[in-house]
Amino acid sequence: MTITDAPRIVTARLGRPRSWTLASYLEDGGYDGLRKALSMTPEEVHEAVNVANLLGRGGAGFEAGRKWGMLAEATPVYLVINGDESEPATFKDHMLIESDPHQLIEGALICAYAVRADQVFLYIRGELALGLERLQVALNEAYAYGAVGRSILGSDWSVDVVVHPGAGAYICGEETALLESLEGKRGYPRIKPPFFPAAVGLYGAPTIVNNVETVSNLPWVVREGGDAFAALGEGRSKGTKILALAGHVRRPGNYEIEFAKASFRDLIFDPRLGGGIAGDRDLKAFIPGGVSSPWLGPEHLDVLLANEKIAEVGTMAGSGAVTVMDDTTCSVRAAWRIVRFFHRESCGQCTPCREGGGWVEKILRRIEDGQGRESDLDLLLDVCDNISPGVTWPPAQTTICVLGPSIPPAPASAIKMFRDELYEHIREGRCPFPPDRLPRSMARA
Amino acid sequence: MARLNPDNEQRARDLIALYPHPRSALIPLLHLLQGQDGYLTPEGMEHLGELVGLEAAEVRGTASFYDMFHTEPVGRYLIAVCTNIACLLQGAYELLEHAQQRLGIAPGGTTADGMFTLEDAECLALCGNAPCATVNWRFFGDLDRARFDDLVSRLASGALDAEVPPHGTLCRVRRTVGVPAAGSSVHGAGGPRAEWHARNGSGPAVPPEAARPGAPADGVADGVELDTAATTQAVAALGRADGGGRR
Ligand SMILES: Cc1cc2nc3c(=O)[nH]c(=O)nc-3n(C[C@H](O)[C@H](O)[C@H](O)COP(=O)(O)O)c2cc1C
Ligand code: SF4
Ligand code: FES
Repeated sequence: MTITDAPRIVTARLGRPRSWTLASYLEDGGYDGLRKALSMTPEEVHEAVNVANLLGRGGAGFEAGRKWGMLAEATPVYLVINGDESEPATFKDHMLIESDPHQLIEGALICAYAVRADQVFLYIRGELALGLERLQVALNEAYAYGAVGRSILGSDWSVDVVVHPGAGAYICGEETALLESLEGKRGYPRIKPPFFPAAVGLYGAPTIVNNVETVSNLPWVVREGGDAFAALGEGRSKGTKILALAGHVRRPGNYEIEFAKASFRDLIFDPRLGGGIAGDRDLKAFIPGGVSSPWLGPEHLDVLLANEKIAEVGTMAGSGAVTVMDDTTCSVRAAWRIVRFFHRESCGQCTPCREGGGWVEKILRRIEDGQGRESDLDLLLDVCDNISPGVTWPPAQTTICVLGPSIPPAPASAIKMFRDELYEHIREGRCPFPPDRLPRSMARA
Repeated sequence: MARLNPDNEQRARDLIALYPHPRSALIPLLHLLQGQDGYLTPEGMEHLGELVGLEAAEVRGTASFYDMFHTEPVGRYLIAVCTNIACLLQGAYELLEHAQQRLGIAPGGTTADGMFTLEDAECLALCGNAPCATVNWRFFGDLDRARFDDLVSRLASGALDAEVPPHGTLCRVRRTVGVPAAGSSVHGAGGPRAEWHARNGSGPAVPPEAARPGAPADGVADGVELDTAATTQAVAALGRADGGGRR
């Protein structure tokens, strides 16, 4: 059995009664990590995170310690926590914010201390009303407790934290769009270079942007040490990762698993995890790392859950969202819905993304509706090639951000893995899967 | 109502005081305005512009980018049914079709009595409880037709008033401490924030709290005891007590 007895790091407190309150957090040793960090120098905290080799959990998997090391010397420095979680089928940060807001605040403070941030913004997806309320209560509590604000926990270090709601725009998860949004503007991703907000960020000042799950690891890393973290997992992928498992499994949910020790098969079929395909149907395909990632099939079930292992088979671990599709799933409908999402959420700055997404969506829809043409597969690939030349992985980029290049993987996967199924739609003039039509009146927006 | 009322105007000034630059408060302010009127009125947006030093058109320019902001009235309850991938796989379109029939409106429409607006939504980050919906951004997971009907009846009868505030209300919890509680302006004295506040006569809302290490705070929730029974099953997917799935 490959499911290890590694400790849960970020979800340890889940399910505790009223886990979101300060009282409950303190019972479990809450803010001890921060206390310990304050007894160290910022450099020592930074070094512990380097040793831990904590990879960013927001999608790109960039080493947190290395990112902090790229910070330009200037004042002020800002820390922005990315809690905009909107990648379809990803629901881990939502859970962390609602059920353990103090862990997030403590993690953000440790990060702020290590990078000597002057102010911290927790940018939280606007739709997470309960999360925003719990986080604001927690922050009020943390101020009153003395963990935030002036002379934190009796030390001579002070910092302020602000909870900032978004307002419904997937693109604001992209870090430069997020910063624009935090400046009160439309969420347009910024032209690169500069590539890293660590050089030019919020109001032009050096800014660290880290994901909610990334910093939620920090209290544990500081308490137990970078070595203890690095002892878990393998290769580049150290520690544990929350996998958001959804789709046709018996037990969808968030599962925190040690990196590199379990496979997709374990995640999907282990009775303690996904519990197998619902209704005892067969696995058709799964999306391994959020809807921007190329799909995998049953032949890839033994790939280990680690960033580099998943990259080796031509896709990515991304945000850790694994979506399972059984043999009743129409690949055209699935690809269409994913592309429709990107088309809807495109900010519109770049032609390949703004126009290409709409084209691909329309072609897929007409195939699904039984109006497809034999030439449509080539047409799809041609449009995809115009969005991201070569339709390779990792994708080539013609656009300001990688939302555009996220459009081709789903249709390209459907064509590559289920070409016959697409032709069947076209030749039979209808979708072979029940129900055979998407409701006509829908999905027009 | 159109402009922010005096209480909300004070809240707006308190929010602005949290940021190094006033404009950064714009999205929180738009939520405040939408919470007051249920949608964004032209007069309200003009008022926000006055507060942060922008033209009304610039305020509208920002607001129109974001899906949560409505510049036309919507129903008291905005029901957003997710149809994205995880929900699609669990019958989201069938659920949405049922919702259309039950409410008698198409996505984007509002019932004649102004009670319900229906939306065909993108992923709501509740995919472990698919198919799901939010009502005024409060979560309801594991829906089927019967549970959807039950939800609509309970909303209509007011049984969920404590859980689900009227459309526009986002965060019912107020911040109880101002910035800079930390005691230093990140831009130094005379930087943008200090200068702006001097001009506008505002400042940190509440005096900084003294540090009291060791003692948990009480009464800081500002009157809102969050009873979340109906919505949080949503997030308890890990380690389900029943040890098994729901199918
Ligand atoms: C279109 C797009 C959407 C993104 N959405 C998110 C998101 O919702 N949450 C997140 O943490 N990162 C998101 N990212 C990644 C961020 O740009 C950034 O890399 C990340 O927040 C850095 O944090 P990390 O290093 O801790 O992972 C997104 C990127 C792109 C291109
Ligand atoms: S790729 Fe798409 S979302 Fe990204 S900046 Fe260009 S148009 Fe906007
Ligand atoms: S796909 Fe429906 S909530 Fe995520």
